[in-house]
Amino acid sequence: MQRSKIDVWVGLFVMVGAAAILFLALQAANLLNLNFQPTYRITAEFDNVGGLKPKASVRSGGVVVGRIEDISFNDQTFQARVTIDMQSRYVFPKDSSLKILTSGLLGEQYIGIQAGGNEENLAAGDIIRQTQSAVVLENLIGQFLFSKTADESSTAAPTLPATATTDKK
Amino acid sequence: MSWYKPADVGFATRSWLANLGHGTRLFLRLLATFGSSFKRFGLVRDQIHFLGNYSLVIIAISGLFVGFVFALQGYYTLLRFGSTEALGQLVTFTLVRELGPVVTALLFAGRAGTSLTAEIGLMKAGEQISVMEMMAVDPIQRILAPRFWGGVIAMPLLAAVFSAMGVIGGWVVGVLMLGIDAGSFWSQIQGSVDVWRDVGNGIVKSIVFGFTVTFVALLQGYNSQPTPEGVASATTRTVVVASLAVLGLDFILTAMMFTK
Repeated sequence: MQRSKIDVWVGLFVMVGAAAILFLALQAANLLNLNFQPTYRITAEFDNVGGLKPKASVRSGGVVVGRIEDISFNDQTFQARVTIDMQSRYVFPKDSSLKILTSGLLGEQYIGIQAGGNEENLAAGDIIRQTQSAVVLENLIGQFLFSKTADESSTAAPTLPATATTDKK
Repeated sequence: MSWYKPADVGFATRSWLANLGHGTRLFLRLLATFGSSFKRFGLVRDQIHFLGNYSLVIIAISGLFVGFVFALQGYYTLLRFGSTEALGQLVTFTLVRELGPVVTALLFAGRAGTSLTAEIGLMKAGEQISVMEMMAVDPIQRILAPRFWGGVIAMPLLAAVFSAMGVIGGWVVGVLMLGIDAGSFWSQIQGSVDVWRDVGNGIVKSIVFGFTVTFVALLQGYNSQPTPEGVASATTRTVVVASLAVLGLDFILTAMMFTK
């Protein structure tokens, strides 16, 4: 009698622990929604991938349509090669273009896919070359300063520090 | 003891080495009881009941309150960056990767480890262990092994309960009290937490800590002086050594698991 009572309590304890592990796996890590759907693999070449990471999403219209499998460097074209697993239930025209975007101001980077107009669809093994690189802040600031000084030299405006302060206002 | 006498330094080093060797030998002998302990599972089950079930309440309540506090603190920090939706992610990552296994191990050392040390120390003081040896009953097999495996089994389950209760606590404060959107709370968690890398490594950590804490407690009890003072100081040493070992191991494990 005493024995079987302890058995029940120990069984209950193990069940609570197992339920906690299951909760963490299913609710927190979302094991059920892992993609076991069939995918087809395409590659894309970017001049600059910025902070893009493997496992990041590929979205069209905000909906996840694929995941980045791998990022490597192609030393023939000197570009970054991104391998993407697209979900088979979504098809895109062959001349679709890719763009690296950022969710929110400081969020994760992801790839946005913009459908093209071609009759044929993307198939496994295709390479997309119509891509737009990640925005690199340094280049952006450099361009901005360059165009600013170019403007000023043509109109003979005040020196650079003065414009910097007026820009802040 | 005077450290400047070469003979004393030599003695201290030798006894330290002997202790290390004794500890390693005991650990290996306990590992070797794996098969035979599970043949007499009744003994292990009693220990799971004693170490696990009775620790469940303190672990669950601690987890819940750690989750509460984390959500509150994290919310006001994240508010400054306007990204309060990341609260769930913050709470879950911290709990599953670090706080779950570590705090559970520290609580387990205090709640269960001390009782193991005191129990075995008193058995030794009452010469029960010597009596067993005289009756040709292996005390390691009969006394230490069931407690060891009971602790090793109970610890990961307790750590999982701690983490799960913490996430629920974060949800209670974040969603129910502070009004974060429930959908974005869960989707932020699900988007970033990985089953194997985060949850799996957390479980591996808690298993390692289960071995550490239980073994330290048994070793201290088994090596304690068979006097009231000896048992008292062994119990204290259990908490100190087990806590430091857990924190040190945690650093090593984190460095191995989460840095790429």
